[in-house]
Amino acid sequence: MTTTTVPAVTDPVDPAPPAPRQKRAGNPLLRFIIVRFLLIFPTIFILVTMVFVLLRTIGDPITAALGGRLSADQLAERIRSAGYDRPILVQYFEYIGQVFTGNFGTTISDGRPVFELLLNYGGATLELAFYALIVAFLVGIPLGMVAAYFRDKWPDAFLRVIAILFYATPVFFAGLLLKLIFSVWLKVLPVAGRASTRTELNFSKLENRTGIYLIDAIQLGTPAAIGDVLSHAVLPGLALGLLTAGVFLRLVRTNVIGTLSMDYVDAARSRGVSEYRLVRRHAYKPALIPIITVIGLQIAVLLGGAVLTETTFEWKGLGFKLAEYLSARDFVAVQGIVALLAVIVALSNFIVDIIAAIIDPRVRY
Amino acid sequence: MARATEPRRLTTLWHRLPVVHQLRQSVGLQRGMLIAGLSITVLFLLTALLAPLVAPYGFAQLKDADGNFGAQQPPSAEHIWGTTVGGYDVFSRVIWGTQTALAVIIVAVVLSIFAGVLLGLVSGYLGGWLDRVLVVIADAVFAFPTLLLAIVAAIAISGGQSSLWGGVLAAAVSITVVYIPQYFRVIRAETVRIKSEAYVESAKVIGSSTSRIMFRHVLRNATRTLPLIFTLNSSEAILTLAGLGFLGFGIEPTAAAEWGYDLNRSISDVTSGIWWTSVFPGVAIVLVVLGITLVGESLNDLADPRLRTRRRASVTPAPTAEASAVPGGSLDDAVNLDTLEQTDLVDTTESEGLK
Amino acid sequence: MTRVVDISKLEIAFATDAGTVLAVNDVSLCVDAGEVLAIVGESGSGKTVTAKSIIGLLPETAVTRGAIILNDREVIGLTGARLRATRGADAAMVFQEPSTSLIPVFTVGLQIAEGLRAHGKYTRKESRAKAIDMMKKVGIPDAETRVDYYPHQFSGGQKQRIVIAMALVLDPELIIADEPTTALDVTVQAEILDLLRRCRDEFGTAIILITHNMGIVADLADRVAVMFEGTLVEEAGVVELFTAPKHEYTKKLLAAVPRIGSGGARATARTAERVASGTVNTAAPVVVARNLVIEYAGGFGRRSFRAVDGVSFTISPGEVLGLVGESGSGKTTIGRAIGGLTRVTGGSLQVLGHEMLGIKERTFKPVRGDIGFVFQDPASSFNPLLTIAQCVAEPLIVHGRAGDAAAARPRVNELLEAVQLPRGYGDRFPHELSGGQRQRASLARSLALDPTLLIADEPTSALDVSVQARVLELFAELQKQLGFAALFISHDLAVVDMLSDRIAVLYHGRLVEEGTGAEVLGAPQHPYTQRLLASLPVPDPTEQALRREHLHSLQAADLAESA
Repeated sequence: MTTTTVPAVTDPVDPAPPAPRQKRAGNPLLRFIIVRFLLIFPTIFILVTMVFVLLRTIGDPITAALGGRLSADQLAERIRSAGYDRPILVQYFEYIGQVFTGNFGTTISDGRPVFELLLNYGGATLELAFYALIVAFLVGIPLGMVAAYFRDKWPDAFLRVIAILFYATPVFFAGLLLKLIFSVWLKVLPVAGRASTRTELNFSKLENRTGIYLIDAIQLGTPAAIGDVLSHAVLPGLALGLLTAGVFLRLVRTNVIGTLSMDYVDAARSRGVSEYRLVRRHAYKPALIPIITVIGLQIAVLLGGAVLTETTFEWKGLGFKLAEYLSARDFVAVQGIVALLAVIVALSNFIVDIIAAIIDPRVRY
Repeated sequence: MARATEPRRLTTLWHRLPVVHQLRQSVGLQRGMLIAGLSITVLFLLTALLAPLVAPYGFAQLKDADGNFGAQQPPSAEHIWGTTVGGYDVFSRVIWGTQTALAVIIVAVVLSIFAGVLLGLVSGYLGGWLDRVLVVIADAVFAFPTLLLAIVAAIAISGGQSSLWGGVLAAAVSITVVYIPQYFRVIRAETVRIKSEAYVESAKVIGSSTSRIMFRHVLRNATRTLPLIFTLNSSEAILTLAGLGFLGFGIEPTAAAEWGYDLNRSISDVTSGIWWTSVFPGVAIVLVVLGITLVGESLNDLADPRLRTRRRASVTPAPTAEASAVPGGSLDDAVNLDTLEQTDLVDTTESEGLK
Repeated sequence: MTRVVDISKLEIAFATDAGTVLAVNDVSLCVDAGEVLAIVGESGSGKTVTAKSIIGLLPETAVTRGAIILNDREVIGLTGARLRATRGADAAMVFQEPSTSLIPVFTVGLQIAEGLRAHGKYTRKESRAKAIDMMKKVGIPDAETRVDYYPHQFSGGQKQRIVIAMALVLDPELIIADEPTTALDVTVQAEILDLLRRCRDEFGTAIILITHNMGIVADLADRVAVMFEGTLVEEAGVVELFTAPKHEYTKKLLAAVPRIGSGGARATARTAERVASGTVNTAAPVVVARNLVIEYAGGFGRRSFRAVDGVSFTISPGEVLGLVGESGSGKTTIGRAIGGLTRVTGGSLQVLGHEMLGIKERTFKPVRGDIGFVFQDPASSFNPLLTIAQCVAEPLIVHGRAGDAAAARPRVNELLEAVQLPRGYGDRFPHELSGGQRQRASLARSLALDPTLLIADEPTSALDVSVQARVLELFAELQKQLGFAALFISHDLAVVDMLSDRIAVLYHGRLVEEGTGAEVLGAPQHPYTQRLLASLPVPDPTEQALRREHLHSLQAADLAESA
């Protein structure tokens, strides 16, 4: 060949795929979102049904909660007025209908609608989950990358054992230990609760009380209030967050090692790209995508852990209330809260999946 | 090049057992992890089996010949780990607790493995609408907080009461409900992968019946990742059991010893600075789960040729050492130097096991 | 001529599961600027390891001894920043599989630019401009827009061009190309080889070409080094090597390469025999396809895909039909349809008297005993947990000829002998056999029930050249002995020519040419066949040079037409 530039070769037998195909077969991302959205309904449906079935196997909730304390007539009266004597199938369909309109039932012990519980106590659980996730991200992901970088040398082994240790420690035990060390022996952090009574009093005077203490404290504007809220948040946040941090650490490590052994990393290495940059840039993004999906799963773990953590620290969130209703044998409340949480999990998984799809260009184009 | 001409075949059964094979293969830190994990696990099993011999007192014992034990006594000569708020001996209850934990693991795993594996196999192989329905159900259950479902299931089963077997069964069955989807997913994923391998297609072309293909070809190859999932399942079972106990669904102290229940009782102790009622049962949980998980992690590492470390080559090579003859080989192919460090898609089974 | 790389007395050892292995044993080579050195060998020869060691890309378990001098600098023992400075700037590597060499989540422009930025300070604009420039140089159209595309938006050949662009961006003195065209179709391969040739001629780059394909060597190389099990057995200029090989191994290797036209004589002899025995035109054909259509349904929002579009052919008893095509031509789909693994969606396909369109598995099952199938991938053709004997006995057990593997053993032994495997191999597990041995065992399994029809789907594509030759010979012998009809599917024209009585060429699901080997390969009618034939490199440098001219004139004619 004598020319220096090849005449633009449209490989006759190797034609390139046509330009961006959004118009050809429908935007693949949109398609994904729609399908994924439709999946929410069967998911919620299945879980709510499971909860319903399981709880009704022990008979009607009124007897379970108040059986020992009311006479037979009073019981029958309550049962009839609450509609628990109707055929089970009728109850079931009514229940499903109610769930989809946001009505999760009313508690037996104190007659409050479950949805109201969400409004009053959901903020606390949200705040706790938020702190836990921050801890998990700040601790888990960087340490995971460090572990992958030092693969199979002692920093890596050390970090992995730490991660497993976090995982192996039940949330409530971690909480108890932290309490013991920091609140009882060292006395540097408060023992329980979300804020001191004085701060809470100040909150109740606020006009736009959100229920999320950090925001409310910022609204108050005093460093004392903010410090108070944060100091109460440290131990519960750590207890719940470290568990998740361990999970993230191991996952990041495995996935980064996996991507590091991919051909394209070797190819990049052959071009002289530094190891550090390889771990940071090249292993990072492709490894990130499965991690985002796992975050979705971790939301479920966090909610479960929240119940235990809130009980340990008397953190008055949804989990704490759930535990209370459990000991009161108020199964309507339990059913309602669990169903509510199922909806929350389904929705948050949906959001996480969409984010993962957005980040992965293979889905988009 | 000094290449293996005829690899010496290890025919002894001992060498071919999965864990032993890995133990011989491993090196350095990974080996350390495996050994540490195995030691702890063996200690746990031994304690569970020998509990009556090791524990000085019964788990519900409140007094002996010298009178009542007394509540919340600090560690002493008679009660090396002190007594609980209810007056039980902490050390004994921790020892007896291993039996409860082991019982729950066994029941939970046995129940969930068979159902999960069978469903995963059938669903993955046959596909179709059955598969799609099962996958949606499994994903729904799988994504939900384990503990919450377990609570609901425990309520359903025990009706709030807690006898020994009632309690154990409640915990075990509730864990099963939650873990069947896990086995289902893993086995189904493996089945789907194996379905398109040449030997399965070959069996189809020959005309083998569906059941023959499923059980003879697919199942035996799909279950290779089971040991890892099994360890994850066991550790989760213990954590869930303790969680249930902590929330008040534990087994009554008079029926058996359960660590979560003891921790529940010790919440108020902590605020008064009484540490021995919470630390010991808690550490027991941590140790057992640590041991089992270490074993699982090491098995996972060793099964994956990417993650496995090998001894550094000596420059004067001996004529090649023995080749592995584990049926099915290690999960990589025969040595092909021109394609060292094989690649695979990024591993997400780890994420599915961690809940 | 400036010497670019000088390797002397190189020794590399590895730690593997099987113990320490010496991969490269006392190898000495050198390459000058503007020269292409081809390193040839089969798997396990150590060629890739040698090449990778030039830029220090070996895993940590490797121990290296000897000297490698690249651009007057010693490479062995370089670490850290100094090693990185060498990589990409002095020598760059092009890998085999373009899809895995490119990072799926970054644009190609960024990836090309990254090589630049790792070696000096370039602004984003500068590096982007350079990237566009490189893409133009390697022949990617619309480089300005395409620079922002992701890898999966390019075809296989274009991806490999981009990989070459990435290698060239820093103007290295040496390019190491490791099987750069193995994953590509023959027609695309010819273009990539052209591109590499331009690199040598215009940019003066030295190229180390690693391959097992002697045709490519004849096309591109100036000098050839032959490696076998870690040692260098012969080194010579390309013409000299092909015309007068000295070492036994080289001679064996060259003899084993299938050549077009070799099958012609055999085929006519075979046809003569069959006509004499009277089976031709009298017995019912084994397979009849008439306007066969196989279409994959679209599903949610996706279009349907026609893998096979109106194909018609017949296979008579005892006849071998070779089905040739590149990837996506539909040849494997047809093979699978005949074997009852893929459903027929339109037209008609008669196999052993049964119509496959709409057939029920129940009806077809007894017929399966009369069909044998050999798959492409020897690594996964066998259940890793069963012994070879158990695998080979499977058809016998399924169709009731034997109760279990033990009862079937005598017949299994017979079969193993027929494929020249020792009886004792029946007790081994698949991973204890080599690739070639596994394919022979696969052949034994497919012949267990003495089938009327054998379907072989690329049975030797994954094997080394010399092993391939043996297996093909075996196949031909058995076919002659047992007289089964066969559908031989391959992308390799030369291989198909060796064995087939007739050849059919497929392109994008359509049958474009059919006839005897002499007809199709000697005087192809369809332009695609002509291009296909012209792109196929032959293992003879002088002849290949002529063929190249012919191919270029074909390509120019195409271009003139489409303009």
